[in-house]
Amino acid sequence: MSVAAKGVSGAGFDVERVRADFPILRQKVHGKPLVYLDNAATSQKPRVVIDAINRYYEGANSNVHRGVHYLSELATAEYESVRETARRFVNAADHKEIVFVRGTTEAINLVAQSYGRANVGAGDEILITEMEHHSNIVPWQILCRERGATLRVAPINDAGELDLDAFSKLLGPKTKLVSVTHVSNALGTVNPIRRIVDMAHSAGAPVLVDGAQAVPHMKADVHALDCDFYAFSGHKVYGPTGIGILYGKTALLEKMPPYQGGGDMIMSVTFEKTVYNRLPYKFEAGTPDIAGVIGLGAALNYVTRLGIEHIGAHENEVVRYATGKVSAIPGVRVIGTAKEKAGVLSFTLGDVHPHDIGTILDREGVAIRTGHHCSQPVMQHFGIEATARASFALYNTKEEADALVRAIEKVREVFA
Amino acid sequence: MSELRDLYQDVILEHSKAPRNYREMPTANHKAEGFNPLCGDRFTVYIAMDGDSIRDISFQGSGCAISKASASMMTQVVKGKSAAEAAKLFKTFHNLVTGHADSNGSSDLGKLAVFSGVSGYPARVKCATLAWHTLQAALEGKQETTTE
Repeated sequence: MSVAAKGVSGAGFDVERVRADFPILRQKVHGKPLVYLDNAATSQKPRVVIDAINRYYEGANSNVHRGVHYLSELATAEYESVRETARRFVNAADHKEIVFVRGTTEAINLVAQSYGRANVGAGDEILITEMEHHSNIVPWQILCRERGATLRVAPINDAGELDLDAFSKLLGPKTKLVSVTHVSNALGTVNPIRRIVDMAHSAGAPVLVDGAQAVPHMKADVHALDCDFYAFSGHKVYGPTGIGILYGKTALLEKMPPYQGGGDMIMSVTFEKTVYNRLPYKFEAGTPDIAGVIGLGAALNYVTRLGIEHIGAHENEVVRYATGKVSAIPGVRVIGTAKEKAGVLSFTLGDVHPHDIGTILDREGVAIRTGHHCSQPVMQHFGIEATARASFALYNTKEEADALVRAIEKVREVFA
Repeated sequence: MSELRDLYQDVILEHSKAPRNYREMPTANHKAEGFNPLCGDRFTVYIAMDGDSIRDISFQGSGCAISKASASMMTQVVKGKSAAEAAKLFKTFHNLVTGHADSNGSSDLGKLAVFSGVSGYPARVKCATLAWHTLQAALEGKQETTTE
């Protein structure tokens, strides 16, 4: 590697410049510069996102799809333009394949309740993996219990990678749906989604991909992946909380019953018969989070402008650097050592409980997540209760990785 | 560092590394499991009551330094006390770790006063009180409790 100017990594990505886009990063915590490494929980928001939400409330606030007046048309145009932005972002064939939801969790519940109830019956099977977030486990448990179906779980190996042989053996004629994460939130493992999709399709099963942890770090191209559903949350990709996207192939969405009933999802209502609206409005009952959608649009445009390839290359460099430094600390065990990883460095430190690590790091200004990361089965696999997880975003630097290392040394001093 | 030492006092670190009364008690006539869903801390508290008196008490489980040390020191302090005395002590302890201690009550706490630093760390109050909640549940004849 040649010597690059400080803070600049890869062509066209100047981390000091992008840091200036995020007002919150300027603050100090407990008298120390904030080192925000809890991005897998939620990312910080750039000025353009905050401004877009303000601009909407100050200049365009109105309900969408209803009014004939100026503001309503303005709000509707902005809202619908984000659907097109999101379509381009995931490379979907048609904007009607983009459904606005509250987040990944709601997207998965939508598919479980709508596609699942219509297509899964007694004796059928849903296949997930051992590395799923609780939000990609519990909705399927609820569905399976209701329908008399069985939830099957493909195991992971000790590096935290999916066992593809075992996965393929669990696929069969009874498999009605496969639901798998693109990137593991607890381990950082990147799953080979295209291979998984091809295997599932050979068995006749559609695939839902939980993209919550992937979208901030890599291109999520639903056409290239050939997945049937793709779900992600806005707030993990620099957008606001409370808004997310469900992508679904038109042929599947068309056949699915509505998820929730209400206004906007109907063509006509009488007490005898209701005709549902066309896609995607069939799945968008009630007044949506319009400001959230507009904020999400600004976030996706921001990421696109910086270039997801540049972002991913920068992050990988910082994560690799941090992993090298942290794993050299005596007593550290890195949890999740997959060949393909993104964004996450999960670890334990001797007998020190991750919660104590988190508290001490916080006093050094370093924000990480500690606990089971809503992935208790993953913790069980590794025989631990919890990990300390540092998770990285486009604005993190090697200097911040050094601050993380110094803070972990503090933990060792306290618990010496 | 001084601030951190308010929380992680030597006595606390010492108890977390070598917890007292850390054992199963097959002869216990009261027992409860306490769980903190936030961080996964989980303790079982065993009590052998003799009339109204806590004749013996022990615990087992896993958790952070604060929760383990708190459980360890609790077992030492409540041994030989009545259920009512233990409940009163919990109330005083709870006030201490949530920063509501009054000067009179705190003196009853004896060495438990080392947990006063917890009040500067609101997220850790549940860690310090988990064992106490579990003790209370055991005395009241409940099988399980959580800090939620």
